[in-house]
Amino acid sequence: MHLIHHKKQLSPNISLFEIDAPLIAKKHQAGNFVILRINEFGERIPLTIVDSNKENGRITLIVQSIGKTTEMMKNLETGDFIKDLVGPLGEATPITNYGTVVCVGGGVGTAVIYPLAKALKDAGNKVISITGAQNAAAVILEDEMHSCSDELILTTDDGSTGKKGFVTHALSELLKSEIKPDYVFTTGPLGMMKAVSELTKSWKIPTMASLNPIMMDGTGMCGACRVTVGNELKFACVDGPEFDAHAIDFDELITRNGNYKKIEKKAVKNGVSKVTCKTGVPA
Amino acid sequence: MRRSREKKPAYEKKIPLKPKERMAINRHMPIEKNPECRVQNFTEVSDGFNVELASQEALRCLECNDPVCTQGCPVNVDIRSFIGMIYQKDYQGAINKIRESNYLPAICGRVCPQESLCEQVCLVGKRNEPLAIGKLERFVADFERNNGGISVPEKQPPKNQKVAVIGSGPGGLTAAADLAVRGYDVTIFEALHEAGGVLKFGIPEFRLPKHIVDAEIDRIKALGVEIQTNVLIGKTITIDELYDEMGFLAVYIGTGAGSPRFMNIPGENLSEVYSASEVLTRVNLMKSYKFPEYDTPIKMGKRIAIIGGGDVAMDAARTSKRFNPERTMLLYRRSREEMPARAEEIHHAEEEGIDFRFLTNPIAILGDEDGHVTRIECQKMELGPPDENGRQRPIPVPDSNFIIEADTVIMAIGQNPNPIIQQTTPGLETTKWGTITVNEDGETSRKGIFAGGDISRGGATVIQAVADGKLAAASIDSYLETLRN
Repeated sequence: MHLIHHKKQLSPNISLFEIDAPLIAKKHQAGNFVILRINEFGERIPLTIVDSNKENGRITLIVQSIGKTTEMMKNLETGDFIKDLVGPLGEATPITNYGTVVCVGGGVGTAVIYPLAKALKDAGNKVISITGAQNAAAVILEDEMHSCSDELILTTDDGSTGKKGFVTHALSELLKSEIKPDYVFTTGPLGMMKAVSELTKSWKIPTMASLNPIMMDGTGMCGACRVTVGNELKFACVDGPEFDAHAIDFDELITRNGNYKKIEKKAVKNGVSKVTCKTGVPA
Repeated sequence: MRRSREKKPAYEKKIPLKPKERMAINRHMPIEKNPECRVQNFTEVSDGFNVELASQEALRCLECNDPVCTQGCPVNVDIRSFIGMIYQKDYQGAINKIRESNYLPAICGRVCPQESLCEQVCLVGKRNEPLAIGKLERFVADFERNNGGISVPEKQPPKNQKVAVIGSGPGGLTAAADLAVRGYDVTIFEALHEAGGVLKFGIPEFRLPKHIVDAEIDRIKALGVEIQTNVLIGKTITIDELYDEMGFLAVYIGTGAGSPRFMNIPGENLSEVYSASEVLTRVNLMKSYKFPEYDTPIKMGKRIAIIGGGDVAMDAARTSKRFNPERTMLLYRRSREEMPARAEEIHHAEEEGIDFRFLTNPIAILGDEDGHVTRIECQKMELGPPDENGRQRPIPVPDSNFIIEADTVIMAIGQNPNPIIQQTTPGLETTKWGTITVNEDGETSRKGIFAGGDISRGGATVIQAVADGKLAAASIDSYLETLRN
C-alpha cells in the first residue's frame, strides 16, 4: 500500500499525486514509468514518473481521467492509498549535453516531457519547450516548464492562452527560424508525435518519442506493448518506452492502441470505462 | 559381509494382494466435468479422486522392491510409501511423506507431466495402464487441505543468515521453503502484485485453481518466508544492492522464461494478434473472465487461431474456447505425435472441441484496412527426417498455400528467458539463448548466486523448477555453511 501524500487538481480532469514509494524514488531516472493498480479489482496501468524526491521518498504522477481507473484516481484524495505500485520501469532517457534541444509535449504528455526537459537542462542543454493544450483551463505545469526551459512556447487549440494552434505549428515556425536544434524530444498523443516526427525527419533532426502502448505487466512478459522500430520488434516496456521517432511505425501503433476502443465504449455505456495507456493520453 | 550390511531393509508391503491381482485392476478415471458444460466456465475440469477411487487405485501399486517410479520423479518422491499409506487410509501420513520431497503436491499433482516421468516407468504399465500416481498425489493434498490439516515441517535452529529468492514461481517457492526449513531468513521478491509466478499468471484456473496455489503459498509463508510483491529485481533493487545494502548472503534466481516469442511473419502486429502470455495473464492474473467485476478487459473474436503445440498452446486454446467463439483452431506445423503438450492436455482440448490443424504453418496474417485480422495464410507441411531432438522436421509442401479465416490469433510458440536480471547484474554469465549459465550445483558464474528453472533451462516444467529449487537450496546451505566457519 502506498500513501498519497498530496493530491492536487491541475485542470478539470488532470490530477497530480505525490505518493510514498521510497524504493522507486531512489532509483528513478528521467524516462522511467511505474505500473499501478488502485485496488484488488483494478487493472494495471502504466504512468510516467513525473518527478521524484529521494529525501522524502516520494514520486509524482500526473493522471488524466479518461477511463475507469483514471476516473477513480481523480476521486482519490490526500491520505488515501494506492494498492500496488512497481517500478521504476523502462530504460532511462539517454541524457547528455546535445547542445540545443526542443521538448515538445502535447496535452497530458506535458507531464511526460517535464522530467526530460528538467534532466536535459541540468545536463547543460539549451532547452526550448513547446507545450500544447486544448485551452487555457487544460494547461498544466506551466511554471515547472518555465523553470527548466530557456524558452517556453505555449500553444492552445483555441488560442485562449499562448499561441493559437498545435504544437507542430510552433515547431515548424521554430525550425524555419535561425535556431537549429540538435535533438528533439516529443511526448503526447500518437498522432501528434507522428506529426512531430515527420516534421523533424524532413529537417533531419534526430528525434526521440516516448510511446504509450497498451501494456499489462510492464516487465517484458505480455508482448502487448510491442512496436516496430526500424523493422525490428521492440517491447516498449523493457526496450523503451522511448525510441528513435523516425524509425517508429506510428500507424501500426495507432491501430494497435485502438484495439480496446469498442470494449471501452461498451464499458462506458455500462458505467465502466477503460484506459490502458501510459500517460492517460488517448491513442 | 559388506554387501549384506549395505543392503536396505526390505520394504514391508502394505497391500494384501498378489501382483497378478493388482495388475488385473484397471486404472481408475478421475471425476471430470462434462466438456460441453465446462467450456462455459472456468471451474476446474477434474474433480480428481474421491476416497473410494483413491483406495481402489492404490490397490494397483506393486510396491516394487526397487521402485523405479521414485527414480523417474525429478524430486524423488517416495511414491511407494505414500501409496501404501493411502491404502491404510493414513492420508496425513501420505501427504507428509510427499512433502519430505516436494512442498507443492497439490500443484504438482495437477500439472506435472507424470505420463513421461513416474508413470512412464511404473511397472504396472508394462501389462496395463500405469498407476495414476499424479491423481493420488493430488488426492492426498486435497484431502489435507479440505479437512483443515495444515502441517508445517519442523524447522532447524535459526542460522541468522539472509537469503534472497527472486521470483515466486514453483522453483522460487520450493527453494524458499527448503531454505526456511534449514533455518535461514528467506525473502522472496516478486515483480507482479501476486505471488505464484507462472502458477498464477500462466496456468489457467480450470486446470489449477488459484485458491490452491494460495493455500500452498500460505503454507510456505507459515515457515517464516517473507514475500515482497511489486519488487522487480534489477530495476527496483539490483542483486548487488541485495548484497551490499540489505545484508543478503546468497541469492536464488528463479525468474522463469516469460518473454513471449513471435514468428516474425507479416501481419503479426495487427491488433488481434496476441501472445499466449498476454491472453493467459489477462485471464488468469487479472481475471478478465470476470470483466466488468474486474477492470481488465479481453477482446476475443469468433474465429480464434492458436499457433503452437505445447502446454501453453493448449492452455491458450482452452482459455479462448471459454469466451464462446464459433471456432477455436490450433495450428501446428508437425503432426499430433510430435506435439510437446501433455497427453492429458491434448485429450482435454480435443474433448472441448478444439479444432486441431496439423502440418499447418502460418506464413502471414492478413487484415482489413483498419488493421483487424481477417485471415491467415498457411502452408501445408510434410514430415522430413528427424532433427537433433529426434522429432521429424516439418518441410513445406511446394505450392500448398491456403487460407484460414480467423479474426483472432494467439502466438504460443515459446518464451524466452526474462532478460532484466542478466542485464543488470555484472559478471553473470549467460548462454547465447539468454539463459543464465549454472554448474551442476545450480551456481552461476558469480559466487553465492544460484539459478534454476526456466531461467537456466529455457523452457521446462513446473517439476523441473521444483527440482532445481531443491538442488539450489542444498547448494546454498553448503555455501553458507562455509561462510559460517
